[in-house]
Amino acid sequence: MSTSRFNQRSIAPVLFLAPAILFFMFYVIFPIFQSMQISLYDWDGLGEKTYVGMDNYVELMDDEAFYTSLKNNVIWLVLYMLAIPAGLFIALFLNQTVFGMRLYKSLFFFPFVISQVVVGLVFTWFYDPSFGLLNVILAWVGLGPVTILGDETWVTYGIIFAGLWPQTAYCMILYITGLNAVDPEQIEAGRLDNAKGWNMLWYIILPQLKPATFIAIVVTVIGALRSFDLVSIMTAGGPWGSSRVLAFYMYEKAFSEYGFRMGYGAAIAVVLFLIMMIYITFFLVKMYRDEKGH
Amino acid sequence: MVTKFKTTIAALAASTILATSAFAGELVINTDTSDPAPKAAFEQLIADFEAANPDITVKWNLFDHEGYKTSIRNFLTADAPDLANWYAGNRMLPYVNAGLFEDVSDVWDDNGLNETLASAAGSMTIDGKKWGVPYTYYQWGVYYRKDIFEANSIEVPTNWEEFKAAGATLTAAGVTPITIGTKYLWTAGGVFDYLNLRTNGYDFHMALTKGEVEWTDQRVVDTMNNWKELIDAGFFLENHTSYSWQEALAPMVAGDAAMYVMGNFAVAPLREAGLTDDQLGFFQFPMINPDVAMAEEAPTDTLHIPANATNKEDARTFLAFLASAEAQTKINETLGQLPIHKDSTVGDDKFLQAGYSMLSATDGGIAQFFDRDAPAEMAKIGMEGFQEFMVKPDRLDAILARLEKTRLRVYK
Repeated sequence: MSTSRFNQRSIAPVLFLAPAILFFMFYVIFPIFQSMQISLYDWDGLGEKTYVGMDNYVELMDDEAFYTSLKNNVIWLVLYMLAIPAGLFIALFLNQTVFGMRLYKSLFFFPFVISQVVVGLVFTWFYDPSFGLLNVILAWVGLGPVTILGDETWVTYGIIFAGLWPQTAYCMILYITGLNAVDPEQIEAGRLDNAKGWNMLWYIILPQLKPATFIAIVVTVIGALRSFDLVSIMTAGGPWGSSRVLAFYMYEKAFSEYGFRMGYGAAIAVVLFLIMMIYITFFLVKMYRDEKGH
Repeated sequence: MVTKFKTTIAALAASTILATSAFAGELVINTDTSDPAPKAAFEQLIADFEAANPDITVKWNLFDHEGYKTSIRNFLTADAPDLANWYAGNRMLPYVNAGLFEDVSDVWDDNGLNETLASAAGSMTIDGKKWGVPYTYYQWGVYYRKDIFEANSIEVPTNWEEFKAAGATLTAAGVTPITIGTKYLWTAGGVFDYLNLRTNGYDFHMALTKGEVEWTDQRVVDTMNNWKELIDAGFFLENHTSYSWQEALAPMVAGDAAMYVMGNFAVAPLREAGLTDDQLGFFQFPMINPDVAMAEEAPTDTLHIPANATNKEDARTFLAFLASAEAQTKINETLGQLPIHKDSTVGDDKFLQAGYSMLSATDGGIAQFFDRDAPAEMAKIGMEGFQEFMVKPDRLDAILARLEKTRLRVYK
């Protein structure tokens, strides 16, 4: 009797977890190791693979385009974080009881609902040097025209700005949900102690929004690291590769029209993975600590 | 971005269509001829072929142009059709080397194609064997606004000095001499090709794209310096890095730009945009170095039998049919391009006639295009360098050094 019960207890979780673990192994863990393996070969995806050891990595260390992509990735990571305070600000602004507030909320959330492809296209037109709205506006104040997407200094910022539009909406919705859960009694207590404005926000509201902030950071970091679609649509990495990010460079080297260097692409992917690993480790440690704390 | 959508759809289509395997007597053809004219041309070609060979049914899978470039790798290995279109020159080299294209020298020998398609024989030959059948090509050159030239009393330039003088007159009149959109890079490759062909000649250009010459060679520097003269004189459309080649047509249509270094496929959209044949003209890219023979750029489109095809016998029949003078006349009539077969008739369109007489008189050689003559990776980094050079000509040394580094790696 006791043995079968023991079996039930030990087998059931394994059985329930098995499909997920299987898929996770097959679609996530296995490709990671396969990428690492392919990165040691010179392979065009069609013919024979040739083992080249660390050659792909050595080449990568001496590749200007790689450093440009890496630099852009860092810029993305830093500037994308602006979505969090911006989202919080809009959420606070929308957290009032005014007639039609639901409509306003959904309008603010709209950019997150539409596809990134559409966002990219809209901003490409917005920046267009000949008919874009941006240059029309700049002309009113006697400036411009500027070619945001054709200028190596501005292009990455231009794309990030486009990306911030939907990302801010995403953070906003997280904070709106969070604000609903803020304890009114604590606010009341704060009021009694004469807290208002910044103090109220900083010492009473924000600590209660910590879970929302945490999720917002997580999704924003992920959003920044997988910034592929906007780059691909708005500039295709140009001009002369100055708006590439690692994910796009990997795609270009491995799968695009002029690419098909699977080994080199895999090497870029491995580097990108290692960067993500830093973040994932931080994330896991934090989760572990939190769980332990409770 | 329409092409991106299409790419995905094409990829989906590829996986579903190709799952169905061919029956005996059924010939499966994959092409990327999805634009209106090429599509109509192939419809007609296939109908004619079926009429001539009632026992063969053709199953035709049409792909989107951009998506095809990646799909072809999958279907050549996984589920090969009996025929697939592609491009001549270095562009087919990876598939020939990987053993994915069938040697069709026998089709050439049996049908006397070595003689009738002689002009394209060179670009179809690798290791002394023929790997496909060419069916169309088109000229590159300078398309220009005749009316703007006349209004500023500019004669069609035939040499470098005249060309620069024409540009100066246009600039003075507030017209951008040359429109170009380099967002997708290859347009800059076309300009480089012509400048290099005119400065150093065909043999040097081919040696360069084959990786036999250093990019830091003085002769390349000469080409780039000629280019710099044009850039410094404000020849090219401002903000060209933001535009695709289609978007760059707009200034020309509006009369803000006067010339376009392009392939003949630019004529159709220019006409659709409202330019008449009185407003639009064509001239050969002017001579730069009188000591080199005039070479031209004329990319050739081709049809191949994949090595893994199931119905190679009927595929050979189709290739022989496609190689005939009548078929080539007809298909190119619809395409608005030039037939390869020497006995074919060229359509009476004025641009086709101009291109035909120019190419027939070419004694310097016929190049395919930068990204077809040079290997893919070299082409990409090269064209990126050209784009950068057009905006930042001061970086010439750094750009050439980068290309040289790439050359040393790519061609080993």
